Amino acid sequence: MAMDSGAPRESFRLSMLLYDTRYRSYTIQIFALMLLMLGAAWLIDNTIQNLAALGKDFSFRFLWSTAGFDISQRPIEYDSQMSHGRAAIVGLLNTIILAIMACALATVLGVLAGVLRLSNNWMVARLMTVYVEVFRNIPTLLWILVFGAIMTEAMPPPSAFRGDTPAASMLLFDSVALTNRGVYVPEPLFTRSLGSIDLGGVRPSLDAIAFVLVVALSIWANIRLIRHATAVQNATGVRPKTWWKSLLILFGPAIALLLALGFHLGYPELRGFNFGGGIHLRNSLIAMWLGLGIYTGAFIAEIVRAGILAISRGQTEAAFALGLQPGKTMRLVILPQALRVIIPPLISQYLNITKNTSLGLAVGYMDLRSTLGGITINQTGRELEGMMLMMLIYLAVSLTISGAMNIYNSRIKLKER
Amino acid sequence: MSDTHAQTVAFVRDTMLPEREPPILERGAVKWMRENLFNGIISTALTVLSVLVVAWGVAEIGPWLMRSIWDAESLSGCRQILDGASGACWAVIKDRWHQLMFGFYPPDLYWRPVLTLILLFVALGPILFPWVPRGMIRFSAIYPFLGYFLLWGGSVWFPVSVALGFVAGYAALVAFRSLGTLVSTIAAIIAPILWWLIAAGTLTAVLDSIVPLGLERVDSDEFGGFLISLVIGFTGIGLSLPMGILLALGRQSNMILIKSVCVTFIEFIRGVPLITLLFTAQLLLGYFLPPGTSFDLILRVVIMVTFFAAAYIAEVVRGGLAALPRGQYEAADALGLDYWRAQRLIIMPQALKISIPGIVNTFIGLFKDTTLVVFIGLLDPVGLSNAIRASSDWQGIYWELFIFIGAVFFIFCFGMSRYSMYLERRLQTDHR
Repeated sequence: MAMDSGAPRESFRLSMLLYDTRYRSYTIQIFALMLLMLGAAWLIDNTIQNLAALGKDFSFRFLWSTAGFDISQRPIEYDSQMSHGRAAIVGLLNTIILAIMACALATVLGVLAGVLRLSNNWMVARLMTVYVEVFRNIPTLLWILVFGAIMTEAMPPPSAFRGDTPAASMLLFDSVALTNRGVYVPEPLFTRSLGSIDLGGVRPSLDAIAFVLVVALSIWANIRLIRHATAVQNATGVRPKTWWKSLLILFGPAIALLLALGFHLGYPELRGFNFGGGIHLRNSLIAMWLGLGIYTGAFIAEIVRAGILAISRGQTEAAFALGLQPGKTMRLVILPQALRVIIPPLISQYLNITKNTSLGLAVGYMDLRSTLGGITINQTGRELEGMMLMMLIYLAVSLTISGAMNIYNSRIKLKER
Repeated sequence: MSDTHAQTVAFVRDTMLPEREPPILERGAVKWMRENLFNGIISTALTVLSVLVVAWGVAEIGPWLMRSIWDAESLSGCRQILDGASGACWAVIKDRWHQLMFGFYPPDLYWRPVLTLILLFVALGPILFPWVPRGMIRFSAIYPFLGYFLLWGGSVWFPVSVALGFVAGYAALVAFRSLGTLVSTIAAIIAPILWWLIAAGTLTAVLDSIVPLGLERVDSDEFGGFLISLVIGFTGIGLSLPMGILLALGRQSNMILIKSVCVTFIEFIRGVPLITLLFTAQLLLGYFLPPGTSFDLILRVVIMVTFFAAAYIAEVVRGGLAALPRGQYEAADALGLDYWRAQRLIIMPQALKISIPGIVNTFIGLFKDTTLVVFIGLLDPVGLSNAIRASSDWQGIYWELFIFIGAVFFIFCFGMSRYSMYLERRLQTDHR
């Protein structure tokens, strides 16, 4: 009973490398690999030759040499005697501060505009359409320059706040001053401060750390409380009242800590030719923040609108048919589905904001690109190392954000067969 | 009982009452306003708020616009005419119009960029609209070379011999067809490269010495204004779409090497800001090229902008490919189509249709990003606005320039987004 097992086995011929789909892909890949390595070798060889011709070596030692330039906005201690590496870190922190501020503004504006664009109110919907179209279709660089010009040209000088009948006055009960040298807002002060600790050159305030810790603990306790309430509801069918406990847990400890530390606000006031006290937000920061935030807000508005429109009307009707109230319908049926559509493009807008912070150069904002990729490169002549390091840092930030997005995406993805 | 019956009969109606108008609150403008503007407390509050915002805007900007000055030599001239009042000084646009449009392009040659722009619309016609005669597509094919020749000038034989490279590639494709797709594709890639490296330069020189035909040469550093935005923008758009499609296909490939190269390229480009790529083009390209070589800055910028947009388009097209049902691929296989035929006839027409909004958004982003070239010293409109402000005549002029530049960008970008909506409607084949 010898059975024929299909076609006879062909012996391997050289032409099969080209014509047989089983082997062809290997041929292509080996050729591509050879080309790739040749190209890389060519580039590296050129680079070595060019560096040798210029008498330069390839080293990152310049990061430890004295920077010699000042940075106007310093989230951590820095002066011109410190190293280029430290200047780069200050720049990176400025980039991150700006990115977080702009993301927050863009999200608030975007969600508001996206929801209002769907409103029944004709006037509001038209106004939001104008906002979205005008900001989406004009380059962000232009918006940054416009806001920069508004800050420096259209705001009153500090001297206008002087005298018995000043030409300009401070806003919000004399606490915020908009001047052409920047915006002054009140700063938090503590009479019984805990001081700060020295972590090798970085000196975070212990008050801030304590406050953040207490708030984080309160939020964790509140989540436990709600979980417990849900467990009780699942077991007995009656949900215990939690709102006053939640309020107490969320705000009680934080307020107690602030009282214990003697919290008060330090208001900015006119001293000499300029304002003193308070926190000084420089024009460059304000221009970048408004420019990036309002510009990206228009994109987020479209994302939010598309997300809400993507949920079919039947979902709402089905939720009503089940007897859910409108609030619960939104929270339990519409939002979870809309968020699944909204979150991925939203995160990619956050990535865009982070990358667009590199436009800070236009208004003199000292971000990573202006410090490491600007002044440091110009002073040390290390374009190759500086640019590579800067690209790697941006890449690391972007890949971190998009990695987080992928984890989130796979968690909320519809579980199908 | 009969009494009641008799009474009701007396009131039987034999004519209809005339129709009455709806109450005043339920018709016309009043009804519309009640439904669309004052529908509840929140809605009313929002309406009042928006009216206040609009009124504030009009009150702030209206008088300024009403007192527009179109004829003046300088900002101080404008202020003299205005005599203390605040007003828009559009004279700056009129005064620097040519600079904003063409940069420092030689004034007697302005007809060349203008002609290039007009021909651009002729060349775009058959690509954008179905009612333009199909034969025009041949003009679109030669337009890039024509456009280069018109803008930069020089010998006419240079673009001709570059174009011949593509002809050589096509000839190789046809000549090696009998040896199979793979061989003919490789031949079609190698032939033009060999042509450009070896033959093109000599041919240009020889033809130029026999028939010296050409236009006056204009260098890249004389380009500026919207001319530079349009050149970089449209070249980038034209080149990034094919490159993005190839990258997307490479990312879908099951050849591990090709796939990883494409993924690395896409993720690297998407992970860094465009401005760092532009700085690479400006500062670092010298390191990577053989010592002593250097090429045109605009060309370098175009290459970087193309890479940047192509990475984004690759992701958009990948989304379109992923949205296609598996059955489409299997049906193409079942028909016996090879990979490229299946892509060309079955997969791409559907995948690209799905990706139109994303692709056009990338194009709009690319066009807006051309403003970033100001950071590497090219004088695009934003760079020129800084230069104009630095001159003594127009020191301190901001809003008029910003409004003008913004308006031009708005027209182009808004036009593109409207076209993409039109295209989506035209290609809609599902029954709704």
